[in-house]
Amino acid sequence: MQVDDIDRRILRQMQADPGLPRAELAERAGVTSASLWRRIERLREGGIIRAEEAVIDWRKLGWEIEVSVRFTLDKTQPGFFDEFLHAARKVPEVTEIQTFLGQVDVRLNVIARDMAHYQEIYRERILALPHIADTDALMLISTLKDTAELPL
Amino acid sequence: MIALDDIDRAILRALSDDATLGAGELGRRFGLSQPAAWRRVRRLEEAGVIAGRRLVLDRQALGFGVTVFLGIKLATKGRISFEDFERAVQAIPEVQVVQHVLGRFDYRLRVGARDIADFERVLRRRIMTLPGVGQIEANVMLSEERRPGPLG
Repeated sequence: MQVDDIDRRILRQMQADPGLPRAELAERAGVTSASLWRRIERLREGGIIRAEEAVIDWRKLGWEIEVSVRFTLDKTQPGFFDEFLHAARKVPEVTEIQTFLGQVDVRLNVIARDMAHYQEIYRERILALPHIADTDALMLISTLKDTAELPL
Repeated sequence: MIALDDIDRAILRALSDDATLGAGELGRRFGLSQPAAWRRVRRLEEAGVIAGRRLVLDRQALGFGVTVFLGIKLATKGRISFEDFERAVQAIPEVQVVQHVLGRFDYRLRVGARDIADFERVLRRRIMTLPGVGQIEANVMLSEERRPGPLG
């Protein structure tokens, strides 16, 4: 699908402030609100806008620990990747799954209420995932920057 | 810390899938009046549980085909080197996420680039020249999914 300069302008403004009310968004992007609705609808249908998601702050719900658990998988058995991902999706404390080309095959973002809880999740659910060859963990101290913004 | 009931969790789950759902639609789904649904969303926002919105775009279609996760270890440690590094790394537009972590690396970064050549340019000119940078590990992302997390 074709994305023109006006679409890019709209997406740029949406990225900069994703919670912006549509009326204000139209004004900032310099289009009428009818045109804005039409274009956003088109961008959604064309799959350019995949989703507008609410961001949950898990800490506010008492989930204090966040760990990036990285895996190298044992590649000797067929179907290892799908089996691992299928099992990882069943762990409720996993909030993100990424797969990679590189030293690391998969990364899981895991949250827990406290260290004791993390230890329990790690031992009973994470290490129980199939086809793990090696794993290491990076524990989050602080997030300094987090933006999904693309320089459009 | 805010306590959630089953309906709050269902609302959070729905909004983390589609943040544009209005109180009317949420009310219909979960058997609430529109004002009751609105009050619940409002409470979740005020408590900071809903921290904002994330716009998910088809990065490939917009010309940003490559996402790379970097692990960075600082060569020299100390308060000054952490501060210098943190200030400089956050100013790089292609760097979307900066997290201070504990483990094999000191920082994890998410970098968005147009293609591998563009990534190499960012890596050589901007990342490798950051103050105090030591060892760098790069993993090129192949796929990503966000999970609803422990919402019951």
